Amino acid sequence: MTAAFDVLQSAWRNPRGRTGALILLIVTIAALFGPVLLPDPLAQPDVLDASRPPGLGHPFGTDQLSRDVLARVVSGGRISLSVAFLAVGLSVTLGAAVGLVSGYWGGAVDALLMRIVDGALAIPRLFILLLVLAVWERVPVLALILLIGATGWFATSRLVRGEVLRIREEGYVRAAEVLGARRHRIIFRHLLPNALGPLLVAATLGVGDVILLEAGLSFLGLGIQPPTPSWGGMILDSREVMISAPWAGIFPGLAIVITVLAANLFGDALRDAVDPRSA
Amino acid sequence: MRSWLLLRLIQAVIAFVVALALLFVLMRAAPGDPLSRLSADRPVSRQEIEALRARYGLDQPVGTQLIAFVSGLLHGDLGVSIEHGRPVTSLLAERLPATILLGGSVLLLNFTIGLWLGVRQAVRRGQREDRWLTTLSLTGYAMPSFWLGLVLAWLVGVEWRLLPAAGMQDPLLEADAGFLSRAGDVLRHLILPVVTLSIVSIAATMRYQRAAMLEVLRLPYMVTARAKGLAEHDVTWRHGWRNALFPVITLFGLWLPILVSGSVFVETVFAWPGLGALAAAAVGSRDYPLLMGASLLVAALVVAGGLITDVAYALLDPRVRLG
Repeated sequence: MTAAFDVLQSAWRNPRGRTGALILLIVTIAALFGPVLLPDPLAQPDVLDASRPPGLGHPFGTDQLSRDVLARVVSGGRISLSVAFLAVGLSVTLGAAVGLVSGYWGGAVDALLMRIVDGALAIPRLFILLLVLAVWERVPVLALILLIGATGWFATSRLVRGEVLRIREEGYVRAAEVLGARRHRIIFRHLLPNALGPLLVAATLGVGDVILLEAGLSFLGLGIQPPTPSWGGMILDSREVMISAPWAGIFPGLAIVITVLAANLFGDALRDAVDPRSA
Repeated sequence: MRSWLLLRLIQAVIAFVVALALLFVLMRAAPGDPLSRLSADRPVSRQEIEALRARYGLDQPVGTQLIAFVSGLLHGDLGVSIEHGRPVTSLLAERLPATILLGGSVLLLNFTIGLWLGVRQAVRRGQREDRWLTTLSLTGYAMPSFWLGLVLAWLVGVEWRLLPAAGMQDPLLEADAGFLSRAGDVLRHLILPVVTLSIVSIAATMRYQRAAMLEVLRLPYMVTARAKGLAEHDVTWRHGWRNALFPVITLFGLWLPILVSGSVFVETVFAWPGLGALAAAAVGSRDYPLLMGASLLVAALVVAGGLITDVAYALLDPRVRLG
């Protein structure tokens, strides 16, 4: 655990990493508590208030259905972040599990798992999801999370497998084996904790990727379904009013850019901490 | 070298077969079958659906379907598109050139400007320019391509009226227009999609080139080059960059999936008549054979790209195939 803690600490000392971490924290807090303070994004207060430019009553303006854009961006953030955190949690766990099994057991199990990963990596994640989601009438959010999570572990498993292959040759693992340590002790006390650094990097960068992916799916009408607000869905809605009410699409896009950038800045700092040579 | 090549080739074939099997399982594992959504959008009767189901072989067991699909594939037959009523292969072939033009242009920009900036960053590691370029490129990387495309289309295409914001050709162009004015027209339509896709993707190239260059910069022969009294420019570009170019070749393989996924959104936003827009439309019309064909083509491209990259790398750097 100390290894992962050191990595976090070193990323925090990096100015860009700290900026990213702080922005991510602010966005998360806003997504958690913002919807309580703002008007209900599903409410349509006044038909005459449609497509208002940003102003005092509506800081981000209103969309063509007279809904407050700020309220929708904030509650869309709650959905986008939940999907991202849960899906990444799932894919990192799956990737770590497969990588550990593959790297530690080796042999036929390793060969089989890695051939499957090779094949899966040949199909861009977007296309896998398009194919599965296209049959769905309305995708439940839980199914979306499971699907995005289940299609994101392939590269992580390869990464963890590589780490395991490296670590298991180290003196302390050899020593533990000679001392007769049980298999699960070696895996959970020695291999996993020492592979946590790269895993943390993959997870943080994965959050940015998933936010973009979910926004893209929602933009194609396959992700979060209306009337639930989502950043990608709002941009889709704004397509027809881009000329008359551009703010309805610009603000959710900016929210994506800021959040993903923050996650990537932090992820980048973590990577520099894991592998200082690339700093 | 020969046995290494053979092994790598077998690996590529296995990867493609696994991808094919995965795609097939995925398509059949989803709730309902490809035709169950048809009646939701169109006035199709139950009998018609049953007839279609028989025509597409969906009433057969999954194993039989897979065999039929694979044998069709071996004969260059990917089935018939539900929406267009034409063979999937000819639709894909029709749309491929536009995507290659778009993707090729983006690649060209990335592998000139992106590499140049990456080297500059490595040489100025930790300085203000390096930090700014990192932040800027990461900001581009954080942009959803469809959003950036919409904003650019609105600003440059509609507000400023500088460039066309949709399509590949001007429909009002006279029929007897010469080759040059036609090419110029396509070029003008190409600018916005290419700029969009380049902005969101150039960070990957820059980061990769920067890291590769940093590896080279710490090698002893760089000190030797300087000690010999070579100009700093020559040290950087002739001694440094030439050797930092090898690792970047691997990017070619990593690049394809990013480009293809990006083109789905960018082509949709700019109505660019390529594969990406075709795939996105196939999603909208639940055109399964077409979606399956497009995914399979992409998988084949990715596997082939990876293979070519590895072979090129091995040819240039003997350590890879001997190590």
